[in-house]
Amino acid sequence: MEALVALVIGTLTACGVYLTLRGQTFPVVLGLTFLSYAVNLFIFVMGRLAVGMPPVISSVASGYTDPLPQALVLTAIVISFGMTAFVIVLALKARAELGNDHVDGLNREEDAPR
Amino acid sequence: MTIFLAVLLPFAGAALVALAARSGRSPAAWTAGAVTAASLALLAPLFPLAGAGETLIQQYDWVPSLGLDLAFRLDGLAMLFAGLILGIGLLIVLYARYYLSERDSMGRFYAYLMLFMGSMLGIVLSENLIQLLVFWELTSLSSFLLISYWQHREEARQGARMALAVTGMGGFALLGGFLLLGHIVGSYNLSDVFASADHIRAHPLYVPMLLLILLGVFTKSAQFPFHFWLPHAMAAPTPVSAYLHSATMVKAGVFLLARLYPALSGTPEWFWLVSGAGLATLLIGAYTALFKHDLKGLLAYSTISHLGLITLLFGLSTPLAAVAGVFHVINHATFKASLFMAAGIIDHEAGTRDMRRLHGLWKFMPYTATLAMVAAAAMAGVPLLNGFLSKEMFFAEAAHIAEGQGGWLLPALVTLAGALAVAYSIRFIHDVFFNGEPVDLPRTPHEPPRWMKAPVEVLVVLCVAVGVAPGLTVAPLLAAAAGATLQAPLPDYHLALWHGLNPALAMSAIALAAGVAIYAMRRPLFALQERTFEHLDARRLYNALIRTLYALSRALTRLLDTGSLQRQVFFLLIAALALGFTPWFDGPTSLSGTQPGLPLDPVSLLAGATLILASLATVWLHRQRFVALITLGVVGLIVSLAFVKFSAPDLALTQLSVEIVTIVLLLLALYFLPQKPAREHDLGRIWRDGVVALVAGAGTGLLAWAVLTRPYDTIAGYFLDNSVSGGGGTNVVNVILVDFRGYDTLGEITVLALAGLGIYALLENLRLDAPDRDAAGRAWNPDAHPVIMATLTQLLLPLALLVAAFILLRGHNLPGGGFIAGLVTAVALIMQYLAHGGAHMRARLSGATQPVIAAGLALAVFTGLASWGFEHPFLTSTFGHLHWPVVGDFELASAMVFDLGVFLVVVGATLLILVNLGALHDSRIRKAAR
Repeated sequence: MEALVALVIGTLTACGVYLTLRGQTFPVVLGLTFLSYAVNLFIFVMGRLAVGMPPVISSVASGYTDPLPQALVLTAIVISFGMTAFVIVLALKARAELGNDHVDGLNREEDAPR
Repeated sequence: MTIFLAVLLPFAGAALVALAARSGRSPAAWTAGAVTAASLALLAPLFPLAGAGETLIQQYDWVPSLGLDLAFRLDGLAMLFAGLILGIGLLIVLYARYYLSERDSMGRFYAYLMLFMGSMLGIVLSENLIQLLVFWELTSLSSFLLISYWQHREEARQGARMALAVTGMGGFALLGGFLLLGHIVGSYNLSDVFASADHIRAHPLYVPMLLLILLGVFTKSAQFPFHFWLPHAMAAPTPVSAYLHSATMVKAGVFLLARLYPALSGTPEWFWLVSGAGLATLLIGAYTALFKHDLKGLLAYSTISHLGLITLLFGLSTPLAAVAGVFHVINHATFKASLFMAAGIIDHEAGTRDMRRLHGLWKFMPYTATLAMVAAAAMAGVPLLNGFLSKEMFFAEAAHIAEGQGGWLLPALVTLAGALAVAYSIRFIHDVFFNGEPVDLPRTPHEPPRWMKAPVEVLVVLCVAVGVAPGLTVAPLLAAAAGATLQAPLPDYHLALWHGLNPALAMSAIALAAGVAIYAMRRPLFALQERTFEHLDARRLYNALIRTLYALSRALTRLLDTGSLQRQVFFLLIAALALGFTPWFDGPTSLSGTQPGLPLDPVSLLAGATLILASLATVWLHRQRFVALITLGVVGLIVSLAFVKFSAPDLALTQLSVEIVTIVLLLLALYFLPQKPAREHDLGRIWRDGVVALVAGAGTGLLAWAVLTRPYDTIAGYFLDNSVSGGGGTNVVNVILVDFRGYDTLGEITVLALAGLGIYALLENLRLDAPDRDAAGRAWNPDAHPVIMATLTQLLLPLALLVAAFILLRGHNLPGGGFIAGLVTAVALIMQYLAHGGAHMRARLSGATQPVIAAGLALAVFTGLASWGFEHPFLTSTFGHLHWPVVGDFELASAMVFDLGVFLVVVGATLLILVNLGALHDSRIRKAAR
């Protein structure tokens, strides 16, 4: 199971990095979303994998998983939504002001829409 | 508490003065005077204690874990300086009222002056070194504001910048010195520093520490070679110069020398560095002052010279020299402040400060002339005036030190400096008030208004009183201040006019005679000066240095900031990768740990495989944006399933609702982005990015694997044990969010609120063109609000809101809480927007989401503040159990109110973002309909 989780995190990171390096705004936003997934999962599994042990205190529970990374990640998910929203609106603004959707605001030959 | 209040008062007074200035010039001056007097009145009852040799220390915790306290100290030395700052401050307030013209903003001037006064008080009354440094930097900043008060003048801005750059650099060095000192002593409190003086002097870090501290002192007190900023600071209004360069700003450096004297002095390093810099400054200042044609320029260099004198005295490291140093601090403050004010009066009434044009003013203003003459005589060290007494002590000490060492150089040099001081003092008087007729003055000079002279009178009377009867006037103050400086019994000294025939008297006599002689042969001297040193100006060096720095930083910026986000992100990733891989070179460790893993089940395998496939598909298809968005949604859903699987129900709920909101948001945005993105032709770049991505992915994956296969210790035990007893909730994640780490959550919802407001600001007045047809050339569906969807969502709305309420309320004990409930509510309302359109919704909701955000933040902060009312720290939560009939036992926690605040901010921010983006569409649709 650990290997699968590590593989998933690796894949999400790789996809995120590749898309973040693209020249147009939309793939960059997708890439940032991927990176959020990757980072959130990574921090979350720092509390190790545990099945069926939610950190809700009860008399019948056999044990609890680490609640701390969960609390960290919960706010991180909401904040990364805020960030994604801000970046995509920034992209719209850039398109309106600069007339193209390149991250550097350039209308390079190879990037120009046709 | 009193000392703290006295320091705080001028800062509060700055705002008060700015307010009072609205109702006129005089109210501003009165308020400034009242604030100064009040501060003095607060301290005055403590002065007798300090005068009796006691040290008052008032201390409050600030950041105790860092050794930082708010600690104030009032002893003889602090009393002397506080008295000078506030006493001369009062006179300056009065003087400035008449000096500033109608065009100058009174409020701004007095507000800056109050800020500066508070900062100076903070320096002299600090017990903690770090706290002292904070006030030290505040004086640099507020003096910048004061020097650049006439902002429209180029030289004022330049002078202020130079003062800030030099003293700011010194402050930085001082910080380093204090950190070293604190490291050596193990405490930043002066009492501890004094107690371990021997340990400090023997420490191997003594020399670097001393160098850094002296760098701070010398820059502040304009010691050679950092003296050049002071003359340029003369571009300030004269009241500012009179204050900064007599009793305050430059004296801060001297104060620190005196303050740290018992801990740092007495070593050869201290002797040579401090007295060397002091002697050089004394001579250079006195020499240059003679050749300045500007009245204030002369006074500026004379100030530099006198500061050098005081520094030299402290450098000599004998108790008597230190007493003389403290004495000269008092005397210099009184005569120099009065001279600056007299120069200001002359400038004010005659319209110029050029001594080549100002002659024969005796006829026009005999009264001011008399005052200036007495003050100048004190500066020259003429008997019966205060300057004479401290200069005698200075000469005596120089001769005494030379006796021990058998050298004649030091006495000769200080006598030369004394002669130069006599010469420039004579020039100040003779050139301005006599020496023929004025040359082409802009105005006909006359005596100034009555109250403009009053401050000068007070100071001149002090000069004479101290000079004639030192035992009756200054002796107790000097004894207290010198005792606190030495932190040891005072040496045997006599404040008297006549000490008999001794070397010091001979040196004084020689200096007086030589001074007259130098002035008599000034013409050939001036000519010589013009041919040789006139063009030697440290400012040129400084400007060249600044230009080089600018050029360097510009080159560095060009190198690093290419203006291309793509390249920046690439560099950032490469740097992250390099950092991430460095530990691998440290030594061989096995990648896998020993911890046995969980078994792999087929469902997880399937989910994992789907996620990987969907991710790769998103990358592969990212140019078909709509498809890429759908595959991205698949990835997000599986991530939330992973949270379900690994015992994180709260995360799963959050991820799921965020996923929906994100996809809706991206869909809205997609409409305005080009539908057919350009194809990338640069294969090299694709390969390069692909390799970087693979390396990053592999690195992160392997790191995750390495961590997951190792056992670990968690700090979670505390939270699990105290969640119910301390936070009153069984859902530990939620209790951490709203209780244990409530302050973090408050920060996070603030960030979310800011993101929402930022987006609102970005979208305002945004005009975007979007295609009328989709990528395949089909027209958009003309039916913007399909009936079935509208009806169904309307049915769902109450249900969704009910679910949200349920999730919010149970959040403290079961998975849920403000974040999730807020997102669910936002999703429910957004569905309504999608189905009915913005106009429909605005008619039903007020449409204003900002008040909701504000209410949420206010609620969260209020919950935190409420715990202050019960004498608990910020955001302490409390809870209790209520028994409701029928329902049964019901638990209420104050943290739930906090969670309600979180809920409101999340709903408000999410709606603010999506509704405003949606509004762009509405305007498009309306345009299409027309």
